[in-house]
Amino acid sequence: MGFFDSLILLLDSTVRLTVPLLLACLAGLYSERAGIFDIGLEGKMLAGAFGAAVVAALTGSAWLGLFAGIGVSMAMALIHGVASITFRGNQIISGVAINFLAAGLTTLLGQTWFKQGGRTPQLNGDARFNGFDFPFADQLADVPVIGGIYSELLSGHNILVYAAFFAVPITYFVLFRTRFGLRLRASGENPKAVDTAGVNVNMMRFKAVLITGILCGIAGAYLSTGMSSGFVKDMTAGRGFIALAALIFAKWMPVPALYACLLFGFLSALGNFMQGAELPIIGEVPVQLIQALPYILTVVLLAGFIGKAVGPKAGGIPYVKER
Amino acid sequence: MTDKSQANEQRSSGTAVSPNAATSQLAIELVGINKHFGPVHANKDIDLKVTRGTVHGIVGENGAGKTTLMSILYGFYTAESGKIFVDGKQVTIKDSSHALELGIGMVHQHFMLVDNFTVLENVVLGAEDSALLQPSLDKARKVMAQLARDYELEVDPDALIEDLSVGGQQRVEILKALYRGAEILILDEPTGVLTPSEADHLFKVLKTLREQGKTILLITHKLREIMAITDDVSVMRQGAMVKTLQTKNTDPAELAELMVGRRVLLRVDKGESTPGDVKLEVKDLVVKDDMGITRVKGINFEVRAGEIVGIAGVSGNGQSDMLEAITGMRKADGGKLIVKGKEVVIKGDDGAAKLRDMSVAHVPEDRQELGLVVTFEQWENAILGYQDDDKYGKGAFLSIPAARAEANRHIEKFDIRPANNRLKVANFSGGNQQKIVLAREMSRNPDVLIVGQPTRGVDIGAIEFIHNQIVAMRDAGKAVLLVSVELDEVRSLADRLLVMFDGHIVGEVDPATATEAELGLLMAGVSSENKESAK
Repeated sequence: MGFFDSLILLLDSTVRLTVPLLLACLAGLYSERAGIFDIGLEGKMLAGAFGAAVVAALTGSAWLGLFAGIGVSMAMALIHGVASITFRGNQIISGVAINFLAAGLTTLLGQTWFKQGGRTPQLNGDARFNGFDFPFADQLADVPVIGGIYSELLSGHNILVYAAFFAVPITYFVLFRTRFGLRLRASGENPKAVDTAGVNVNMMRFKAVLITGILCGIAGAYLSTGMSSGFVKDMTAGRGFIALAALIFAKWMPVPALYACLLFGFLSALGNFMQGAELPIIGEVPVQLIQALPYILTVVLLAGFIGKAVGPKAGGIPYVKER
Repeated sequence: MTDKSQANEQRSSGTAVSPNAATSQLAIELVGINKHFGPVHANKDIDLKVTRGTVHGIVGENGAGKTTLMSILYGFYTAESGKIFVDGKQVTIKDSSHALELGIGMVHQHFMLVDNFTVLENVVLGAEDSALLQPSLDKARKVMAQLARDYELEVDPDALIEDLSVGGQQRVEILKALYRGAEILILDEPTGVLTPSEADHLFKVLKTLREQGKTILLITHKLREIMAITDDVSVMRQGAMVKTLQTKNTDPAELAELMVGRRVLLRVDKGESTPGDVKLEVKDLVVKDDMGITRVKGINFEVRAGEIVGIAGVSGNGQSDMLEAITGMRKADGGKLIVKGKEVVIKGDDGAAKLRDMSVAHVPEDRQELGLVVTFEQWENAILGYQDDDKYGKGAFLSIPAARAEANRHIEKFDIRPANNRLKVANFSGGNQQKIVLAREMSRNPDVLIVGQPTRGVDIGAIEFIHNQIVAMRDAGKAVLLVSVELDEVRSLADRLLVMFDGHIVGEVDPATATEAELGLLMAGVSSENKESAK
């Protein structure tokens, strides 16, 4: 296998690993731009993955699984919304609670229903989102360079992968080119300005939190019915938190969020790729080091190079109308 | 708002018509408005009539209830009782969007703008025509150009709010209201944050608006502005509407007196003062507030042992900022503070502790914000600020018995009720909370006592007690500086009385002989030399 083929394989893996990060990161972007911090991305993704896997296993339809995943994740988002918007609770604590709730419930229900140590049954055929090939992908596969890029890297992914990348321009458009986006961003910066302009701040925030739920649900469904074939206990493996790091890294902007997620996706792919590989001088690379790289990178870059990442000004503060 | 409630509204407005609608041109009429915030009666039976096409001023001291009243009119708060008529029709204003529909726009004291949005985005926020933004932005750009021509409201539509001057931001607020079709514009303390030239520009804009038939409600405590621009003026005091006058038939002195009120002079038994050495000296003090606005503009005074120096003035004329500077809470931007002959230089955040160590005690204006931790028990508050004293335990440990004993001494000496040092301070009444602060500061036997608003929100019985304690401190040879907006309080307590206006000390009077008219003029910023020109 030549260097080019290896590179294509690495990048192909990067694309697949970026998808859940990107969906979760955009999910967080909606919520935090509206002023609601969400460290429960991880939990919502996990619950979504479980819901999708269970319904896909029972019905044999990946699409029904996807809707179930979205539904479960939105229900979790609604809990976060009620706790932090209606009852003005602490958003961090509510997010942590959601993470614990998701981790505990998925394992408990999975074991009770399927008795496979928290796993759901193996998904096959239409119960999974399978990749589909672009036109002429087969014919072009052997053409040098173009074949690798077109047939391997771009073609052959499942629909959710393309949806995730398409969500970036959509998010940009929604946030910066629509009335909804203007009000959403204003709710996260100065909710009083939104209120005095005659717009219901809490309603805006609820809408944002529910969009977060939808995107987390898709991310979860991708994990259990697209990337893998079934739910495994704790399968999100901290992706929700890496997505948060990417969000800060990207300064809450959609396109930089794509780049940040690609970078973190690449580092994960590299981690898998380097597993057991021998490098000159260093020797075998400890896989833990590669796995820790996204976090180390976030700390180093945020502390030293990127400058201050200032989030939405009213983030984390419940909106209270009366003095 | 739902269609149904709107329909209800229309029905009700069809039946109830203001009694004055037929005879006059009232843009707004308020009848019997009441509003409480907790125990505070912020608006008491307010009646107000505003004629269309006029500038109507509302004056009163801070806390008189002006902003609350206007917030009710703008739908930000809901009145507990009372009627609101807009253009002769009775309405129930539920929220800001409803107020906007009725043509009422408000320019808030603290601007309601999103700092990192452009001017255009702020103008259209909440008033977008369609789901897509671009058509609204294009329309707003055109309307803004027109408004800029009509009213001299020039702002770059693509500038970010955070890059604009304060005056520019205020113009955006006015544009926002006009863009929404406001016919009635409420401005809350619009000049408080402006430079003089920006304020002049604002007044020009307001005059143009009036010529175009808009109605303007101007809330302020600056009498000069009232005289300069309004047609009518209403005076509020302690939540009540005192009087409405035609501006041309009144003068600053009369307004000042109405604002402050002619109160019964409380009698305080005190003998002649016997001033000793200078204990506290302030030289050319300049203080800026958090927004960088100069609030204290070079003041000089001294306080001697055994005398009470009072500082009177309408609130908001720099007294609070001066207090913060001379008690070490805020770094001065110029001038000197000399305590017992030694200059005090404040560098870090320990200024307040430094002054306490120099035996300067401070009873702050806002006891709940600055004087107490209201969720702590009384005994904890009794040693607050002095907790490192060896009396209350050495090293890292606190001697709880010593602190509680101190707290009990305070309770006994100052008659703090209920006499329970384990009660949270939030559960004491205002007067007793104030006694807890006074007891703590006076028990330290300080050389200098600085007291701000000693009896704000305190009942009559406690007022007398507190006044007597302050006089007792003076008789014990302490230097006392007393800052209060209660004119009768400073007049009855002070041995020398200084008047502050617009960051300056504009005069010193003998509290025993000065008349209210004389004080009123000083407090309104009309000194004897330019009295004629002001009229």
